[in-house]
Amino acid sequence: MSTLLQQIVNGICLGSVYALIAIGYTMVYGIIKLINFAHCDIYMVGAFTGYFAATVLGFGFLPCLLFSMISCAVIGMLIERIAYKPLRNSPKVTLLITTMGMELLLQNFVKTDFVAGPNTRNFPQVIPLVSYKLGAITISNLQLIALAVTILLCIILQFIVNKTRTGRAMRATSYDRDAAALMGININRVISLTFALGSALAATAGVLVGMLYPRLEPAMGVMPGLKSFVAAVLGGIGVIPGAMFGGIAMGLIETLSKVYINSGLSDAIAFSILIIILIVKPTGLFGKKDNVKV
Amino acid sequence: MDNNITNNEKNLSLNLVKTIYIRYVITFAALLIIYAILMFLVNQGIISDYILRLMKQIGIFLIAALGLNLILGFTGQFTMGHAAFMSIGAYGSAIMTKNFNMPFPISLLVGIILAAILAALIGYPILRLKGDYLAICTLGFGEIVKVLIQNIDYVGGARGISAIPTKTSFLMVFLSAALCYAILKNLINSSKGRAIMSVREDEIAAEAMGINSTKYKMISFIIGSSMAGLAGGLYAHFNTFIDPASFNFAKSIELITYVVLGGMGSLSGTVLGTTILIYLPESLRGLSDVIKDYRMLIYALLLVIMMIFRPQGILGTREISVANIKKFITKFRNPSLKNIEENEKVGE
Repeated sequence: MSTLLQQIVNGICLGSVYALIAIGYTMVYGIIKLINFAHCDIYMVGAFTGYFAATVLGFGFLPCLLFSMISCAVIGMLIERIAYKPLRNSPKVTLLITTMGMELLLQNFVKTDFVAGPNTRNFPQVIPLVSYKLGAITISNLQLIALAVTILLCIILQFIVNKTRTGRAMRATSYDRDAAALMGININRVISLTFALGSALAATAGVLVGMLYPRLEPAMGVMPGLKSFVAAVLGGIGVIPGAMFGGIAMGLIETLSKVYINSGLSDAIAFSILIIILIVKPTGLFGKKDNVKV
Repeated sequence: MDNNITNNEKNLSLNLVKTIYIRYVITFAALLIIYAILMFLVNQGIISDYILRLMKQIGIFLIAALGLNLILGFTGQFTMGHAAFMSIGAYGSAIMTKNFNMPFPISLLVGIILAAILAALIGYPILRLKGDYLAICTLGFGEIVKVLIQNIDYVGGARGISAIPTKTSFLMVFLSAALCYAILKNLINSSKGRAIMSVREDEIAAEAMGINSTKYKMISFIIGSSMAGLAGGLYAHFNTFIDPASFNFAKSIELITYVVLGGMGSLSGTVLGTTILIYLPESLRGLSDVIKDYRMLIYALLLVIMMIFRPQGILGTREISVANIKKFITKFRNPSLKNIEENEKVGE
């Protein structure tokens, strides 16, 4: 019983990180119907900028987080402007290849000697580790911080999307891009903003993971990226609350299957669930069905 | 009168058969000459062993990329798990030669059949999905295959299989690649091929025309995947070592880049794309120390730039063929023809 509770706590913490990355995937997909494979490397770049801010600039936790968020938002916007915007009307596969090219580019850029080098780095302790015992379960202050930051950011994001003018523009754009443009919404600005928000959230996830599991390497984004992508699909791609739910669910599935079934097979189980969901309900758990027009 | 017509028809079909056979003979002769020239160059030492090895590698991945082009470029079904079928073929044939001492062609055949069976099993439920959902599903499938192989002890688990006998000769690769190319070319120019392409253009319209889209999607998926199985078998006996991680998600993406760079829906484009993308990182390796360190960076940069400035790939949907080259040369000689053709296009 106590292991179950402990694993649930761990799973929720891991899941909150997945949720943060998944929101970026889902927002970009919702607006320009693009699976942005470079997103998982934005997460990696976020972790590395956090590392840079903490070691070279000597920042504390909050400035470190903010620095990483802002720089990643800028990088995300630049990538969209330079690489994706010229291809917006070309076939989808081409755009996908471009995102994969960007993924390779970011990974190999960080791998070069003058940036970080191919070796793993250890994230410095910006906050000393304190563990609390609540009955049978142990929870560290870092896990609590990760959870709190995630919840706070999700609330802020929901507020931006549902209550502000920009959020309304974003929703309109994702509903029908051409009609939104005719209504006087600056589509390019909205898309840039979406990339900026998504990238900032991925950067947060990077810094949080850097604190929780302090090992950084240029290829660190690939597996969490795939899993959070699955999370986004699970919740219904294009739906932001769905991505949050999907992220937590993925975290729980991963930790629980590792403990109770087989640690080697946990990835296979996660992906099997994805396939089953797609076959039974292709739009995901919270997705709306859109009818095909002939 | 009636007799006359049937006679004419007979003559016509006889001529058609004749021209087809003549064409086959010419193609075969051309292949033989190319192979002879290459072997001559190898014997003379002009092509080094390193380049020969690279050529084998290009041939092997070309087979897989051609299969992928059938699924992705001609049928329009976006699959991201093509490397999984390669791994099935590689493992199947490697186990056959290592554990059962089967002759090489039979073990290759086993790999192909395994890949085809798996494609049929997985294709039936998931090919109903469309667009991005299909891509995600095949991605997940590829990862599942990788993880399962990692956890089966009989096939070596995460350690993979090592010390596979080297059996892939250049002739074998060359012939298989040529055979796959010929199969695809004939398939695409047949009525089945037109049906497959109509599914790509507009599935709903194709169904309205009485084309069973699921059937044609399955046909192309199975043929494409079995080609990946063949490529995997050849790769296993070429590299002598295989492990689950060498057929991961990144490998599937690599195969997609070969196809997209060359031009989706162009077989000769795939040949071009595969050759360039395998040769490029290797040639950058030889240039200088500075470039050597950044070769993957340069590769990624070139890929992105290429996609931005020529999104349809190098050849688009066009093919390099004798007839097209002739047309190009005549156009080049008298540019007035070009104007006429352009006017015709506008008229359409």
